[in-house]
Amino acid sequence: MPPSHLSHWGLLITGDPLIYGADASIVLATVAIIFVLTKYKKWGWLWREWLTTVDHKKIGIMYLIAAVLMLFRAGVDAELMRTQLALPNLHVLGPEHYDQIFTTHGTIMLLFMAMPFIFALMNIAVPLQIGARDVAFPFLNAISFWVFFFAAMLLNISFVIGGSPDAGWTSYAPLAGAGFDTGPGENFYLLSLQITGIGSLATGINFLATIFKMRAPGMKLMKMPLFTWSIVATSILIIYAFPALTVVLTLLLIDRIAGAHFFTIAAGGNPMMYINMFWIWGHPEVYILILPAFGVFSEIAATFSRKAVFGYKSMVFSLLLISLISYFVWAHHFFTMGAGAGVNSFFAVASMLVGIPTGVKIFNWLFTMFHGRIRIKMPMLWMLAFIPCFTMGGMTGVMLAAAPADYQYHNSYFLIAHFHQVLIGGTLFGMLAAMYYWWPKMFGFMLNEYWGKWAFWLFNIGFYVCFEPQYILGLMGMQRRMYTYPKGMGWTDLNFISTIGAYIMGIGFLVLVWDIVYSIKYGERDLTGDPWDGRTLEWSLPSPAPHYNFAVIPTITHRDHWWELKQTGRQDELKIHEQDIRPIHMPKNSGKPFLIGLSFFVVGWGFVFEWYILAVLGLLAIFVMMFMRSAEQHPDYHIPVEEVVHTETALGRL
Amino acid sequence: MRQRKKAKRAAAYLAVSAGAALLLSGCGSQYQVLDPAGPVAKTELHLIVMSALLMLIVIIPVLILFFYILYRYRDKPNNTAPYEPNHQDSKVLEIVWWGIPILIVAILGAYTIKTTFILTKPPTNTTPITVEVTSMDWKWLFQYPGSHIATVNYLDVPVGVPIQFVLTSNAPMNSFWVPRLGGQEYTMPGMAMRLWLQASYPGKYYGHGANFTGRGFSHTTFYVYAKPMPQFKQWVQSVKASAKPLTMTEYKKLNVPGIVGNLTFSSYPKNVFYNTVMNDGGKYMSSTMDSMMAIGKKASTSNMSGMPGMSNTSGSSK
Ligand code: HEM
Ligand SMILES: [Cu+2]
Repeated sequence: MPPSHLSHWGLLITGDPLIYGADASIVLATVAIIFVLTKYKKWGWLWREWLTTVDHKKIGIMYLIAAVLMLFRAGVDAELMRTQLALPNLHVLGPEHYDQIFTTHGTIMLLFMAMPFIFALMNIAVPLQIGARDVAFPFLNAISFWVFFFAAMLLNISFVIGGSPDAGWTSYAPLAGAGFDTGPGENFYLLSLQITGIGSLATGINFLATIFKMRAPGMKLMKMPLFTWSIVATSILIIYAFPALTVVLTLLLIDRIAGAHFFTIAAGGNPMMYINMFWIWGHPEVYILILPAFGVFSEIAATFSRKAVFGYKSMVFSLLLISLISYFVWAHHFFTMGAGAGVNSFFAVASMLVGIPTGVKIFNWLFTMFHGRIRIKMPMLWMLAFIPCFTMGGMTGVMLAAAPADYQYHNSYFLIAHFHQVLIGGTLFGMLAAMYYWWPKMFGFMLNEYWGKWAFWLFNIGFYVCFEPQYILGLMGMQRRMYTYPKGMGWTDLNFISTIGAYIMGIGFLVLVWDIVYSIKYGERDLTGDPWDGRTLEWSLPSPAPHYNFAVIPTITHRDHWWELKQTGRQDELKIHEQDIRPIHMPKNSGKPFLIGLSFFVVGWGFVFEWYILAVLGLLAIFVMMFMRSAEQHPDYHIPVEEVVHTETALGRL
Repeated sequence: MRQRKKAKRAAAYLAVSAGAALLLSGCGSQYQVLDPAGPVAKTELHLIVMSALLMLIVIIPVLILFFYILYRYRDKPNNTAPYEPNHQDSKVLEIVWWGIPILIVAILGAYTIKTTFILTKPPTNTTPITVEVTSMDWKWLFQYPGSHIATVNYLDVPVGVPIQFVLTSNAPMNSFWVPRLGGQEYTMPGMAMRLWLQASYPGKYYGHGANFTGRGFSHTTFYVYAKPMPQFKQWVQSVKASAKPLTMTEYKKLNVPGIVGNLTFSSYPKNVFYNTVMNDGGKYMSSTMDSMMAIGKKASTSNMSGMPGMSNTSGSSK
């Protein structure tokens, strides 16, 4: 393959069929959306009900939709890569496209699929679980969403305009520096992560404040549901980890567009600094991605075993311990960078230590089911799939942590198999379990179990077929990030099997989408508000919950308060009495978060193409919006008692 | 003393590798990591097997317990298994499952630390030879400071002799990996790092860049040919006699991004390896390292000065 110079500025006219295909689908989708909105006169509705909303429940739903769309986009990337690797020496994708696609695949899956999925769940469940009417800073919450949304658009559009980043989701300098990576592609990566990082950081602060300051009276910390606890741990991780990412991206951007040399050693910088800083964020980031899933599984295990979580205190302690340890393990991502034996030993043992609280959690889930009554509904099914899958992923994690052994696994398919097993078997299974679990709470109807099971089995079988062979491929010496491989290495069969697995997963995903579409039409309505016989406060509310969540804020006396009331026949304690209703103080909708997000897009665009006037204009717009917001006299209003009474009566709760 | 421990472990090792061999019957050498051809890879495989076994000790009971609980406590009308909705704490059980993982991590941790330190030393006491490795876009340049010859994309090494690889990069960071001889180590511009490997048997061993370096990355394959010392010496002689020298012009041409086949050179420009490291930033390392983190410090300064390959060249660079 004589490599020619390819990634460059041919903005729109690229002469590449893959890109024209993407162009066409973007244009078609946009036209279709505009057509539908116009035909059904939905523009006003869209703006009033969604684009300007500050309601955590709606923001959660928007995150969810975005996450599923991004799962699709990055899933297509995955199928393309697996197709290219199905057989040796294929040319479905050339190296330029393959490099771009594995970069966007990883970046989108982690930052624009898993993160928003987690934010979706936080938004949907946390305020309802702790008896709050919204998050601490609803306006900021909306900004977080729109900033994420437009950052995702910025990254996605790169494939058709300017070229996608192609230095891997880790984007190590100096490969990602201006010296080796010309053109705007890498800038797209830096800017979109930077922008969405602002949103993530704000979300971390927002939810920590929400959980610490807005719990219903009586809900002591040790009475909080475990999902809420997991969000405490996650938020702390976000707050302490994301600034490292912000800094490292900024420095690399300055290197790239202003010719500095933070990460080019030839002028006195140090690329190892990039790698360290990246993983000082990156390792906590992978725990940001798994802890919420741990929280979800604790809720689901208890609910569907009709039993209290086993070892609650131990569960809380291990969550916090995991977050703490996860700050001291980052160097396990580069044992082979020549650190001394002492340093490697430290990070090896620290990494293994993470396995201890993780193992404890698994035992506690098992004993939550022990002496219970296990009902296998869709959320529980995903939970049950999680346990063996994640246990194996954790096992290979500890194997990777044995530093000298990692010299043989590092950068090989063994590593790829490890992190897909924990991220899919852990994070994604957790997110899907949660989606099935809280879906009725979000929308008032259930997802269909029949199609759900099809999706479940296809996705699970596909997973094992796709990823288990990759462990062996790693031991056979196959490196990650190769766009093709030669015959005669013995890699062909396993790669072919792996590709089949990927296709089965792809079909599983499509069936999952079909399940959603089918259920929108035929889904069973949830009239009780408590379809799973739940334990925590959100199940005491109607599905979906009214705009203000709780007409009267309940007083909490037990850990699984709602379950306790049901067990002792005291559900009426949460019944609302008209004389208790007061006007409810709520934040007003606002178009500014959307416009701020849009302005960030403009700023990002300006920096990507180094059109600084545009960037400055965008920044100016952001400041103007922030100023106007500060000057606002009445960002809030009161829902009058009559309206609350009316709503609650209609819901049959008065 | 080392011998005795070795013998003890050999038994366990044998059992496991027999198992592994059975499992992966037939084409052994394709499972490169599991089929070591040298002491370093062997030590690493040992740790791999040990860690896998320790993990299986936990995982198999967990999986059995999982399926048992799932079956025993399923929600069936006639299920006679006990149901205790408030069974939620047990000091004894908690101690058991905090204790077991702690114990396992302690064992594995100790063993890992030991192996880590062992692998920083030459695998055997025989006098080593040094090979200077430069990763380029997208090829490998190997220089033999002992005999002053150079090769591209392949290298010959003597069997039974520790090889000290001194690694750098004249392009983005790559990683030098020969799975059957041992684990990888990064090649980084402006730095020189050390990796010990040794081949126990004659053979042709697959090697590849492991860290992504851009478009040509998939083609950064090279092969290591291990042969008995006399044949190695013979090869060196024939290279010296028949190959052409690597001139500076040609070195620069080599460094242009692209893909080439195998090349052989009877000599190379004086100090080219040292100068590459220095020009790529090595000159900054010693002064800036102090303020850098400890990790970076160990990686460069100690290696750069403490390494025969490096000090040789730096001595003659005046
Ligand atoms: C028992 C717990 C775990 C341990 C000991 C562990 C250990 C490791 C180690 C040592 C590596 C680096 C290997 C290498 O680069 O050669 C690694 C990579 C990775 N792990 Fe884990 N891990 C654990 C759990 C998890 C979890 C829960 C997640 C996320 C849900 C995760 C996600 C990742 C990712 C994304 C990478 C690689 C990223 C990359 O290089 O692109 N791990 N893990
Ligand atoms: Cu990590």
